[in-house]
Amino acid sequence: MMVDENRDSAARRTFSATARLLSALKLDGALLVGLGFLAVYALIVQYSASGQSLETILRTLMRIGIGTVAMIALAQSSPNFLRSLAPWLYGIGVVLLLVVDAIGYVGKGAQRWLDVGLIRFQPSEIMKLAVPMLAASFMHERRLPPDWRNLLVLAAIILLPVALVAMQPDLGTAVLIFAAGALVILMAGLQWQVIAGLALAGAGAAVVGWNFLHDYQRQRIRIFLDPQSDPLGSGYHIIQSQIAIGSGGLFGKGWMNGSQAQLNFLPERSTDFIFAVIGEEFGLLGLIVLMLLYLVIVSRAVFLATQASGTFARLLGLSLALTFFVYVFINAGMVSGLVPVVGVPLPLISYGGTSVVTLLAGFGILMGLYSHRKLVNS
Amino acid sequence: MRIKDQWNEQRIFSSRTFAAILIIGVLSLTLLGKLAYLQIIRHDYYLELSQGNRVRQDPIPASRGLILDRRGRVLVDNEPAFQLELIPEQTPDLNDTLQRLAKLKLLDPDDIEPLRRTIRSRRVFDSVPIKLRLSDEEIGRFAVHRYEFQGVELRARQTRHYPYGDLGVHALGYVAAVSEEDLDRIDKPGYAGTTLIGKLGVESAYEQRLHGLNGYQQILVNAQGRSVKFQGAYQPDLQASAPVPGTDLLLAIDLPAQQAAEAALGDRRGSVVAIDPANGDVLALVSHPGFDPTEFSRGLTRAEYADLINNEDKPLLNRALRGTYPSGSTIKPMMALAGLTYNVVDPERREFCNGEFHLPGSTRMFREGKTGKHGEVNLVDAVAKSCDVYFYGLASELGVDRIAPFVAQFGIGSLSGIDISGEKPGLLPTPAWKKQTFKRPEDQIWFPGETVNFGVGQGYLLVTPLQLAHMAAILAERGKSFRPRLVMGVRDAAGRIIRSAPVPSVGPKGISEASWALVLRGMIGAATYGTAAVIGKGARYTLAAKTGTAQVFTVAQNAHYNANIVPERLRDHSWFIAFAPAEAPRIAVSVLVENGGFGVAAAGPIARRVIDAYLLDEAPGVLAPDPNAAAPP
Repeated sequence: MMVDENRDSAARRTFSATARLLSALKLDGALLVGLGFLAVYALIVQYSASGQSLETILRTLMRIGIGTVAMIALAQSSPNFLRSLAPWLYGIGVVLLLVVDAIGYVGKGAQRWLDVGLIRFQPSEIMKLAVPMLAASFMHERRLPPDWRNLLVLAAIILLPVALVAMQPDLGTAVLIFAAGALVILMAGLQWQVIAGLALAGAGAAVVGWNFLHDYQRQRIRIFLDPQSDPLGSGYHIIQSQIAIGSGGLFGKGWMNGSQAQLNFLPERSTDFIFAVIGEEFGLLGLIVLMLLYLVIVSRAVFLATQASGTFARLLGLSLALTFFVYVFINAGMVSGLVPVVGVPLPLISYGGTSVVTLLAGFGILMGLYSHRKLVNS
Repeated sequence: MRIKDQWNEQRIFSSRTFAAILIIGVLSLTLLGKLAYLQIIRHDYYLELSQGNRVRQDPIPASRGLILDRRGRVLVDNEPAFQLELIPEQTPDLNDTLQRLAKLKLLDPDDIEPLRRTIRSRRVFDSVPIKLRLSDEEIGRFAVHRYEFQGVELRARQTRHYPYGDLGVHALGYVAAVSEEDLDRIDKPGYAGTTLIGKLGVESAYEQRLHGLNGYQQILVNAQGRSVKFQGAYQPDLQASAPVPGTDLLLAIDLPAQQAAEAALGDRRGSVVAIDPANGDVLALVSHPGFDPTEFSRGLTRAEYADLINNEDKPLLNRALRGTYPSGSTIKPMMALAGLTYNVVDPERREFCNGEFHLPGSTRMFREGKTGKHGEVNLVDAVAKSCDVYFYGLASELGVDRIAPFVAQFGIGSLSGIDISGEKPGLLPTPAWKKQTFKRPEDQIWFPGETVNFGVGQGYLLVTPLQLAHMAAILAERGKSFRPRLVMGVRDAAGRIIRSAPVPSVGPKGISEASWALVLRGMIGAATYGTAAVIGKGARYTLAAKTGTAQVFTVAQNAHYNANIVPERLRDHSWFIAFAPAEAPRIAVSVLVENGGFGVAAAGPIARRVIDAYLLDEAPGVLAPDPNAAAPP
């Protein structure tokens, strides 16, 4: 009994020490645990999807490291600081986007990357944070829900970077930036009638916008509607990813045993289509586990956001938390054939890009917003 | 700064958060539904698709059976050759690829359309041969441009080799690329990887046995269709099955006899068929002109094929089986047998031949052939000297209703049943046939004069060289009949020869031994003092023979046939039938030389050379002669 008690108290001591450390670092334990599990899952899947490349794993670990540093750093910042940072971040982001569009690095036929000496990064990633920050900051000083005038300003804040990113062209990121900004407006209580009206107007604009889409983007939408129409061309992605997922069945073919993934039938298997690798190798159960992990993280993030104090903190927090889900849904949806292929990575699981850093930074902001809450509303 | 309504804000956040959670729930369930649909309901479907994706069956073609002559000498074998093959699913633009190959002169432009259809009818991952047997120069030309032709590969494959060129091509047949039509009659999966299929003769008739069973090797392929050993840890269970080689065929053909026949016929149009009367073995089967079977397995261009088709000598026509000609006098031994069997003739009675025959009460004259007036002839002499006048009278007395069924027993007018396809039955005219065939009532009547003509093998009667050889064999065996066969056995995988039993067929009945003996005397007489005396001269065996001359056009009543003024194509066909040794026949031969004129002149010497080659062949074969076969004299 004594031993048990000792052990019990030792565990308790460790636990409370960890809690104190987390509290000092202004981090959220529950969210960290969720993210930790997801990171482990990511490494397991990436090892298989990359064709057993240790280099991939090391690079991912490095990115997670950088992301964690960004997360811890941003967790320290107070809502007021973030609010004052918002216009600067946004301004720098827009300038960088313009630079990328002008002289950016040409990769994959699209200009997305900026080479800054040692590291290359996508300025559009900055906008994923800067847009909701500036939008939330704008609404912080105004009455909710936004009136028409405010709505126009918000629309400008959102659509300028969205247009710049879409022109790169990077439809996936543009959609995510738009979602992050729009979620701020939606959470700010925009009337449902107005939402419905805007949705209708958006549908109309989409018809017009069709003409401005790149051929490959139009093709992706066409192929989404009928993948079989181009089985070796653009429809190939969707057909092969559905074969991968479907052939995985309930329990999957086993780790590193997915023929679709291992034999290269699945395109972009370690990046945008990694969801299909999980479906093939770990089956429906693997996907359910993944979805549950995501839902735990999203729930915790939403909870943290609702507990934050101040309009800015809550709007930004909810936007970050919900955008995370949009991320998941668009990727899983496009890989399984539910939504068009728009090139959105599976958050924290897909290999590469700066998205890991941005996402972890976003969670850092969320934790900071939560830990800087005023326990008693004044 | 305005005072903010904290309560209102709180209310908005709560309701919007609640709505967001609701939407998240709905979207998550939708996603789950989609995944469950893919992974549970349609699992089997997608599993099969993924199987098909990664494992490909690579066929291993079976080596085609060899064709041997009756002593085991190789008549047809296989040799490696380079060919161009195309895999449809790896070819980005089929039309463009074929066009560009044509531009490189690797394909004939006229072949593109049929090729395209053939390719379309094959499975997308099958390798389809598009050009067979490339020359070294063509290989070089393709190699230079190889990178421009995705999906087109140069492959070494086994192809057919005919060491004796066009020897016996109408018997052996040839092989050519599997065509769209062929695919309808074969087991498609069984031919995956097979390039060549038998098109004629033995190659076609025994296609299944020669072909064997293709094996396969499952290979793991990646998305580019490339074969890979393994990818990552993924290493499935790959299966393979070894091909079963085709069966070697042992032909009844005797190479020396065949060669002798081919050489003797030379450039003339015609046919030689030699049969072993004791079992129906076809010892030689020649139809001239022939063609080079190698050209076909290389792949003929449209133009080359058109040349063959339009050649007025008809090299593609198998004259032995499909050429139909009036029998001429070769029918006379049968007529003599009919006369004896129906007792309408006294063999010893001598008829006077003055060179002309008139039906009672008719002024129409039936002229003796080229042999002039024979004076007094009995039955044996009439056969030996081929006296038309004698047989005019005999036929007239027999009547068509007795002649037709009688000669039908010797296979005239029906298929001999030889084991390759394409045989024609010729024509055995009867009053009933005439009635059926002609439209005008005045043409439907059978005239007595037509019976008279029948007696000497002219008129409507049409026979093939094979039928006459078959008939000669029946005469030689005194009524015993066997179905002619080109294939007499097989050589199994262990090298054992398995001979198949001869197939008896229904022959003539009710002919007395005495009648057979008389007619045999007549045929031996022909080869000693009769029309074929010059042919039988100096033979080391007893030859029994009969000449024949088939009219191509009818000489007017009062005119005389003069070979020198008649255009070559209208000259008479020359026939010769024979068997030997007369007392124990081992070979029966029919020879036809188109427009060869008088039977003994053109056809006779050919028959003699064939018989000599067969009976006097002392060269040891690869195989010992069949112990069951009749012993050489």
